[in-house]
Amino acid sequence: MKKKGWYRRLAAAIPLAAMAFLLSGCSVNMGVLDPKGTIAKQQLDLMIIASILCLIILVPVLVMTFWFAWRYRQKARNNDSDYKPNWAHSGKIEAVMWGVPIVIILILAIITVQYTHKLEPSKAIQSDSKAITIEVTSLDWKWLFTYPDQGIATVNYFEFPANVPVHFKLTADSPMNSFWIPQLGGQIYTMSGMAMNLNLMADEPGEYPGKGANFTGEHFGKMGFIAKATTQDEFDKWVSDVKANSPALSQQGYDELAEPGVVDTAKSYSSFPDGLFDRIVNKYNVGAESGHQHGGDSSGSDSSDMSGMDMSGMDMGSSAGSAAHDSSSSH
Amino acid sequence: MLDRIKDFASGFFVTGDPLIYGADVAIVLTMIAVVAVLSYFKKWGWLWKEWLTSVDHKKIGIMYIIAALLMLFRGGVDALLMRTQLVMPDNDFLKPEHYNEIFTTHGVIMILFMAMPLMFGLFNIAVPLQIGARDVAFPFLNSLSFWLFFMGAMLFNLSFVIGGSPNGGWLAYPPLTEKMFSPGVGQDFYIWGIQISGIGSLMTGINFIITILKMRAPGMKLMKMPMFSWSVLASSLTIILAFPILTVTLALLFLDRFLGAHFFSLDAGGNPMMYINLIWMWGHPEVYIVVLPAFGIFSEVVSTFSKKKLFGYKSMVFALMSISVVSFFTWAHHFFTMGSGADVNAFFAVSTMIIAIPTGVKIFNWLLTMYKGKISFKLPMLWTMAFIPCFVIGGMTGVLLSVAPADFQFHNSYFLIAHFHQVLIGGVAFGYFAGLYYWWPKMFGFTLNEKLGKWAFWLWNIGFYVCFMPQYLLGLMGMTRRYSTYGWDTGWFGLNLVSTIGGFLMGIGFLFQVWQILHSIRFMQKDKTGDPWDGRTLEWSIPSPAPMYNFATEPRVGEVDDWWEEKQRLAAGQAPQPKPALEPIHMPKNSGIPIIKAACWFVAGFGFVFDWLWLAIPGLVGVAVCMLAHSFNYDTDYYIPVDEIKRTEAAARRGV
Repeated sequence: MKKKGWYRRLAAAIPLAAMAFLLSGCSVNMGVLDPKGTIAKQQLDLMIIASILCLIILVPVLVMTFWFAWRYRQKARNNDSDYKPNWAHSGKIEAVMWGVPIVIILILAIITVQYTHKLEPSKAIQSDSKAITIEVTSLDWKWLFTYPDQGIATVNYFEFPANVPVHFKLTADSPMNSFWIPQLGGQIYTMSGMAMNLNLMADEPGEYPGKGANFTGEHFGKMGFIAKATTQDEFDKWVSDVKANSPALSQQGYDELAEPGVVDTAKSYSSFPDGLFDRIVNKYNVGAESGHQHGGDSSGSDSSDMSGMDMSGMDMGSSAGSAAHDSSSSH
Repeated sequence: MLDRIKDFASGFFVTGDPLIYGADVAIVLTMIAVVAVLSYFKKWGWLWKEWLTSVDHKKIGIMYIIAALLMLFRGGVDALLMRTQLVMPDNDFLKPEHYNEIFTTHGVIMILFMAMPLMFGLFNIAVPLQIGARDVAFPFLNSLSFWLFFMGAMLFNLSFVIGGSPNGGWLAYPPLTEKMFSPGVGQDFYIWGIQISGIGSLMTGINFIITILKMRAPGMKLMKMPMFSWSVLASSLTIILAFPILTVTLALLFLDRFLGAHFFSLDAGGNPMMYINLIWMWGHPEVYIVVLPAFGIFSEVVSTFSKKKLFGYKSMVFALMSISVVSFFTWAHHFFTMGSGADVNAFFAVSTMIIAIPTGVKIFNWLLTMYKGKISFKLPMLWTMAFIPCFVIGGMTGVLLSVAPADFQFHNSYFLIAHFHQVLIGGVAFGYFAGLYYWWPKMFGFTLNEKLGKWAFWLWNIGFYVCFMPQYLLGLMGMTRRYSTYGWDTGWFGLNLVSTIGGFLMGIGFLFQVWQILHSIRFMQKDKTGDPWDGRTLEWSIPSPAPMYNFATEPRVGEVDDWWEEKQRLAAGQAPQPKPALEPIHMPKNSGIPIIKAACWFVAGFGFVFDWLWLAIPGLVGVAVCMLAHSFNYDTDYYIPVDEIKRTEAAARRGV
């Protein structure tokens, strides 16, 4: 990826120059244009490739528009020598007119299909380090992060080691939201009743703003969070600090947290109830136990249908408690 | 008792916001003024006979356009309120709840109650005249369509003062819009407002398909039809395939909310993802429904004002029809981020890109129509010239959005907002403005002031770029749509400020258009020729405004742009085509049933919104009674005698 760096910098330089004018002095987070993670970098590369392909059409069209409008304006026409009122067909021109867009879209389509597989969010990132798993739950109107391996939990911020793949498992205990950290990579929806997978990796330590990107009601605008990448040592130290100094999150504490409301300050917890994430995912899948035929009975066939349709990005929560663990393919 | 009334009223009426009180007062005063003016000038009978019960496609078209412009005003005020809220960080001009209502109503109104009726208005004005028909195929149904749209729009707008506006976003994704998270009546206003007007849209689609297929003048083969009529056919076909999906989807959501069904709920086997799929199976074709007729308008305008035949007629037709087919296979690109997996995403990414091909071809067609023409830059042509660069840039960002892995970074950000405003304003709004300016003389018999129109044009255009170009960058910087506020630390202040300025420039542009219309009414420049633009198609062969029967004798068509060819022949000294003798003209009679029936739907919808079956059931009974009454009404048509046709023609041609 290093070789492609020059045009990324070029593309970022133009808006940055505009920004310098608009935002005299402040250091501004450029989000997508200032990627700090391997996924975000590849996504920016792809944007730039696609933009260049589009410009092959765009530039001639813009030139032709203004040139024709100027050249053939009525006021400028003293004689009608090249006025051709009935010229309305040319096989050659029409072949080019259809051909060029088809070729460009074909090239773009091939690139897109390749990248779609390469950057599939549920796919694990290749790395020498072992991935860390973070479970993400979107609530009304805050984010809960639980670390199944470390046993700690945080609200509206989380830390993780840079240069280590992070496997996010995402769900919602509220209306559908979307989990997005622009500098690290693209977003994925958080939905009740299922665990989604997103794999990201930060290339360097830093604080990366994250957003809730899908509207969830009144205080949706307050659903920002901070994703802080640190070194492995700092991360380990932070975990032990949280374990030593923060309060525990009880089930009751979670229920209170899940009530609609805004959390203004970031919080951390030294522990959280066992299996909390899986319980949230399976919250609505009570049919099987209580004897209703609705969701429970069909859950088995549901999940097999889904895999048949290659819904590889999601685990259906309805396929019982083990669903969230089935995503081990990403490790 | 008094307490109970007070208690009811505080829940029933929207209270607590000075903006809304202000609007309440304005609405009441406007209504009093309208009633007073109509009574003073004794115009009630005239209003009822000439307009409300009219089945004349030209009058229905004008009513659509008036309603659409009013809705454009409301949707525009919503937009400016949002831009005012976002002008600076941590602004508390609007509370989050109020902001959420405003972006919801802005979206619904602009697409469903502004773009759609403006489009139907232009369909009604132009199609029958272009194809040489006396009216649409089903004039009664046409009137019913209009009134259903109008009542649906009024029901939706009523939520502003009664009960509370919907606040779940313009497509109302569940589970947010289920009773569980949105217990208020706003969401029910949304469902019923759209349902009632949606039936009207579906019927209009059917009406225009039949009109175009069955009512063309003798000799006008399909491949000799004006391009606007082709675009209407493509759009109408898309309507009849897409709108039933919307109706069913919203009906299921209604069952969830009203009867506690579980189609899209979280519990008991419901699946919100199904709603998101269904709504976009309608929603994506919907954007092509509104943009295809704009393409048709541009085709007419470019050809007329370049004084040249449209380049690549067959390519154009093929492009139109292929867009309306492919538009049904792209819906999932609205949620690449739902985790459907790489194969599904790749399919929908590629199908979306494919649409760029015919669209690109159309742009080349218009450019080559200008090539070696004689271009005069009257208002319709100016808007077309503004459209091409704007739409091409918007199309390019659309292609970027279709690249699925990149879309993970664009999705739900201001990049997306900027993209769809660029294609919807640059494509649809500019197109309909071009169409309005183009057919205005045919509608009203006078032309609009060019100078004021140019002011409006430049304000809109400069305002557009100032407003939306910064939003692309804001999106890339991570600004998400539907944020009611943002912090100083985000660094989004400068760009938002610029964007708001642009929004207000467009608002001023709109005021110039209103001024332009009022000024042109005051200092009227009558169009005495019936053909102010040196037009090419049949609508310009008759007087302006068109007589109620459109064509005194049925026109006969030999080629594409028949009226232009006829003028060429006359100029070359050939004798005009002999006109057949006048015959009595068979016309449909006016009917009061459409407006009454639509009003019954309004009552029923209002009853369902508040779960008042005592109101909903009589409303539905009223609908059934209207249907029966119309079924047994055989007095539906009459003949205009030859004498009257002669008198009308003589009066209309006097200026020639």
